[in-house]
Amino acid sequence: MTRYIALRFLQAIISLLVVMTIVFMLSRLSGDPVQLLADISASEEQMEAIRRDLGLDRPLAVQWVNYVRDMLVFDLGESVTSRQPVRELIWQRLPNTLQLGFAAMAISIFIGLPIGIYAAVHRGSRLDGVARLFAVLGQSMPSFWLGVLLILIFAVILGVLPPGGKESPTSIILPAFSMGYLTTAAIMRLTRSSMLDVLNAEYIKLARIKGLSETKVIWKHALKNSLIPVITFSVVLFTLFLGAAVVTETVFSWPGLGSLILDGVRTRDYPLIQGGVVVFSAIYILANLLVDILYGYLDPRIRLA
Amino acid sequence: MAVVVLEPPQRRPADWIGLAFRGLRQLPLLPSIILAILLITAIFADIIAPHPPTRGDLQQSLRPPVWIGESVSETRTVVAGRAADFLTQISVAEAQKEIEDGDARVAGGGELAPGAELEFLRQGGSWEYILGADLQGRDVLSRVIHGTRPSLIVSIIAILVAGSIGTTIGLIAGFRGGLADAILMRLTDIVLSIPLILIAVVIAAITEPSLQNIIIIIGLLLWPRFARQVRGETLALKSQDFVARAVVAGSSGLRISLKHVLPNIVPSLLVISTLQVGYVILLEGSLSFLGVGVPPPQPAWGLMIAEGRGLLQTAWWTALFPGIAMALTVLAVNLFGDWLRDKLDPRLRQI
Repeated sequence: MTRYIALRFLQAIISLLVVMTIVFMLSRLSGDPVQLLADISASEEQMEAIRRDLGLDRPLAVQWVNYVRDMLVFDLGESVTSRQPVRELIWQRLPNTLQLGFAAMAISIFIGLPIGIYAAVHRGSRLDGVARLFAVLGQSMPSFWLGVLLILIFAVILGVLPPGGKESPTSIILPAFSMGYLTTAAIMRLTRSSMLDVLNAEYIKLARIKGLSETKVIWKHALKNSLIPVITFSVVLFTLFLGAAVVTETVFSWPGLGSLILDGVRTRDYPLIQGGVVVFSAIYILANLLVDILYGYLDPRIRLA
Repeated sequence: MAVVVLEPPQRRPADWIGLAFRGLRQLPLLPSIILAILLITAIFADIIAPHPPTRGDLQQSLRPPVWIGESVSETRTVVAGRAADFLTQISVAEAQKEIEDGDARVAGGGELAPGAELEFLRQGGSWEYILGADLQGRDVLSRVIHGTRPSLIVSIIAILVAGSIGTTIGLIAGFRGGLADAILMRLTDIVLSIPLILIAVVIAAITEPSLQNIIIIIGLLLWPRFARQVRGETLALKSQDFVARAVVAGSSGLRISLKHVLPNIVPSLLVISTLQVGYVILLEGSLSFLGVGVPPPQPAWGLMIAEGRGLLQTAWWTALFPGIAMALTVLAVNLFGDWLRDKLDPRLRQI
């Protein structure tokens, strides 16, 4: 287990270095950064000075080492458009992204779990069918379009929820739901199949033969064991939400890290893109590492496909 | 001594026809119909679409779908002389002109006189523009029809790219084993642990947005899914007798990989590819939606939804229909992929 964790950890570090290198290369590909920083009227000498200040006259390998060192101590530079330190901008936005992720997770679990249990206990019932249809539809629905539909229905037509932003406490409902929709279906299917596995186990048969009431069999004996994979999967959900953050935050103008990065992309604010992507990827890779360790720890048989 | 003559099983041409026919009969009906319509639409978009997809008629700006009638957008009070407040009042002369242009009418059908209420009309739908028009007056239906093209082109070519890279890497890793396997599989794990959409957004933003670039980006990010599967299958096949015999017969590693292993992987490759098409369509849609995919004014579903998002208050149809097209397509592809998987390789259920 220690060896497994150590290997995964090493791999996570390499992954992060790969992301950093991709971003580094892209910044060199996207043209001369000095021209973005300097005034249009800057003379050749002034540009040369900026270049020396930024260390851009050094060999590429030295630049790379300096860049990685800066990233590791969170020296992320200054945003070109807002002139604020990138670190602070990220710090302001990050809690919103995490908040949205947790809200979406809560929605998936609170809706998906009961339906999944019901579908397993009443296998082949109408709700079981509806639940499976819901799952298939969920997989096919573009999440950004679902977001647009939700805005249309709840904000424009019914006018009960705000269409975007983060001004009122109810603002989080639509983005969280649009993110959690897909994973609700996943939680539901997982609960259903894991519950069905458990319901077929010998000890459940014994409990029934013993004369326990069906309610007791399900709630006391079956549920506990069938929840293990579901709980583990909830952590996987979080990585999925991080992956979906850019799109969902953009649809709902949610002030998170994803929309911050996209703003950077739109204004070609390179330090912002660079810092945002590296911090975001670090969190994502860390969450993935946690998932791997958790899976390896709880159930050595389970490996992500 | 008895001589056994092994005759190779003969397959008459008629068998193939029968087989094809039986296969066709077993196709899942609904997904196949949707996919057939989609393919025809993509190929003959120029003939089917009633209007050019990129050129608009500003006269038609935001015309609603055909089933929506004329509606009153605002009312102003007609006043004698000049209107003091342009938002609520209008002069008689101007009102007269609006009525003549067909843009407004007097409320209740009364005479145009100071004190009357003038109702401004929003044009209703027409059969010319069945699903309405967008802000630039471009026909939504035509754009939805032409939007099938980038979706299908990107998903098919990107999957071919990802499939070729992934299969090559998976074959080498599985067949070679040892250090090559270790390095290639770690590389696969690393690419899998990177937030895909985010990196795609950034790469797409820095390179000029174009169909070609999206294909390359998606292809480069998607190959690990293929590599993992192919490696696993290669490992399983490697231990089988026919591979061992090929080794004994002196076949080279390359020959065994291509002639003996690869053909046995084709069914599952087909299944994974089909199951990925839906995912790639959604990915391309997301990139276009974020403004780093298919460049405007080209018609792409994601792009249309992005344009429609800002118009939800006035013109919901601009965002609704491309989304329906996209959801239907992905649904059909997914159902078809599920069917193909159950048919060819039920073991892949886990994916």
